[in-house]
Amino acid sequence: MIHLTVQGIDVEVAEGTTVLEAARKAGIKIPTLCYHPDLKPFGSCGLCVCKQEGSKKILRACSTPAAEGMKIITHDHDLYEVRRTILELTMSTHPSSCLLCTKNNKCELQKLAIEYGVREQPFEIRLAEDKKDRSTGAIVLDPEKCIKCGRCVQVCQGLQGVYALEFIGRGDKTTMSPAAHLPLNDSPCIKCGQCITHCPVGAIYEQDHTRDLMKAIADPDKVVAVQIAPAVRVAIGEEFGLKPGEISTKKLYTALRRIGIDYVFDTNFGADLTIMEEGFELIGRIKNGGVMPQITSCCPGWVDYAEKYYPELLDNLSSAKSPMMMQGAVTKTYWSEKSGIDKKNIYSVAIMPCTAKKTEITRDGEHASSSGEQDVDLVLTTREIARLIASRGLDFTNLPDSEADDPIGEYTGAATIFGVTGGVMEAAIRTAYFGLTGKELADPEIKLVRGLDNVKRGEVDVDGKKIRVAIVHGMGSAKALLDKIKEDKAAGRESDLDFIEIMACRGGCIAGGGQPYGTDDEVREERTEGLYTDDEKSVKRCSHQNPSIKKIYADYLGEPLSEKAHHLLHTEYAQVPVYKQ
Amino acid sequence: MAQNIFSDELNAYLAEWKDKPGNLIMILHRVQEEFGYVSREAADEVSRQLGIPLATIWGVLTFYHFFKLNKPGKYNIQVCLGTACYLKGGDIIIEELGKELGLGVGGLTEDGKFSLEAVRCVGCCGLAPVMTISGEVFGKVAKNQISGILDKFA
Repeated sequence: MIHLTVQGIDVEVAEGTTVLEAARKAGIKIPTLCYHPDLKPFGSCGLCVCKQEGSKKILRACSTPAAEGMKIITHDHDLYEVRRTILELTMSTHPSSCLLCTKNNKCELQKLAIEYGVREQPFEIRLAEDKKDRSTGAIVLDPEKCIKCGRCVQVCQGLQGVYALEFIGRGDKTTMSPAAHLPLNDSPCIKCGQCITHCPVGAIYEQDHTRDLMKAIADPDKVVAVQIAPAVRVAIGEEFGLKPGEISTKKLYTALRRIGIDYVFDTNFGADLTIMEEGFELIGRIKNGGVMPQITSCCPGWVDYAEKYYPELLDNLSSAKSPMMMQGAVTKTYWSEKSGIDKKNIYSVAIMPCTAKKTEITRDGEHASSSGEQDVDLVLTTREIARLIASRGLDFTNLPDSEADDPIGEYTGAATIFGVTGGVMEAAIRTAYFGLTGKELADPEIKLVRGLDNVKRGEVDVDGKKIRVAIVHGMGSAKALLDKIKEDKAAGRESDLDFIEIMACRGGCIAGGGQPYGTDDEVREERTEGLYTDDEKSVKRCSHQNPSIKKIYADYLGEPLSEKAHHLLHTEYAQVPVYKQ
Repeated sequence: MAQNIFSDELNAYLAEWKDKPGNLIMILHRVQEEFGYVSREAADEVSRQLGIPLATIWGVLTFYHFFKLNKPGKYNIQVCLGTACYLKGGDIIIEELGKELGLGVGGLTEDGKFSLEAVRCVGCCGLAPVMTISGEVFGKVAKNQISGILDKFA
């Protein structure tokens, strides 16, 4: 252990701790703009400057390792002035139009400007050209607001391994952009939106579609049916002052009804349906010697990545659509028939923790319109729906509970954990076990798939047969594993894995690109806990036990992987060039 | 797969340096030596052969002023805008060249003959203002000499 003082306060930290982290342990917050606990220290913003007693040398706390006997000064008059100047310089290239910004009130720069009482702009204002990139339809890049901290580049390359964004150019002309000045949509971008949730200001944000929903609600010819993804329910409360992880499912149902939505369903029903299809697909592959290992396909960021970077593995991906797309398909077929509402009049909306979902609704051509209409018409992120709820004057935290509508709203504990890394795997094992053995698992909780380790591997015993599984989250963590499978496949070697779950975002959908700002590992754990609690409290914890699922198969689909199920609930993948031009 | 646009020598060079750390800048130098600039196609080929993302390569190409992303003219004109040349009217030389050739800095004439760039010190401040055309140095250039100099490359 290392002993040092920060502002005279004794603190003991482990080897390898930075001065910034040591200060935090001593209860002192050093201001930062480029530092983020998910990322390697980068030292670009300069705000975390500190000194050592007796030395005039200025250190960057984020990238200085704590050392024995250090006497660190984090706040004094000099440092106050230095930081103020840095803020003023940063603000000289940043527009002051906070009212028009999606990050207003949540902006890290704005917060510091308030703390440091910056009221004037002494430096000449030099803004970058206002050239927004809206090409993806999901993510907007706004270089005028960029403070060039580099978090987005670090996230895109390091955490996600996507390499869509890079520092292009130099000096004050630098932009965080794709290569060759291409629009983002022609770059390798997978629309995961992690750049959004890591941007300290409002230079990257979701394409806002809230007005489209309001328009649909106001249209007397449209029947608006909504679905809510698992991860949304444990995060949306944060937008209204609740703690991360608090389960707000039933308040959210009520809020959506009060906004004017006609029918409230749950993507979790779609998740239970996914498990039936994907679980039985796995059983089929195991029994019939299909392409192994099977890899999950619920995450549109991962599917996008696979289509660009691993075309050789596309037949390893489960052909099952994501829960959202399945839910959309059954909304406009099964439910349309049951309710007698013409599918042409149904406007199907999905509330998602994810920006990539905005592009998923049209990604696979005819499969996205398996009902004959576009199965999902609109995707709003957690942040967007929270804004809409607030704009309707609803006191979210005090709303009464209500239930989802039948017959595609009921869900099990297996479905709700889809929102967390390892959750799809755990849900699939619960049902695959039943499918393979005809028996229920004694304990539905499969602990080895849980937690925030980048790659989790293990074996699950199914009546003597070992199912070898791996779970990866954070797209950048998948490369080594995928390369190995690709290599084995090319060499005709049998893989040492049977089933793999991949989610593009660290922690899974609970930390997706559409979730409330401020996500770090602590928040990830709290939201995760929320979903596991939702599972524990469920009476039924396996997808195949869901009465509404049994009913849809009995009344409509026949059995898992039936022709009808294939038509409505499965899709195809095709290679996409890494750069479209 | 796009056709390999590199010469055998260049391909051999890439193969030799493929796995050595810090190879990218050297390789891009060598590519520019062969083509006079680094085209998108050339950057794609380097990316493919080295397994380095195109974004990383583009970051390097746009960081260093040395690298050219556009094809230079048959005669590349460089006008010095270093301190001495600037004070002696380097900007006036650029303006005059622009008028004569009908192009701005970074441009290329329609016939592909002349390209124009502004550079920092070329190392002979005593001759300010200085311009070079495909390596040939012209010192103490006056505005009224420009047309005559260009005629030499007609």
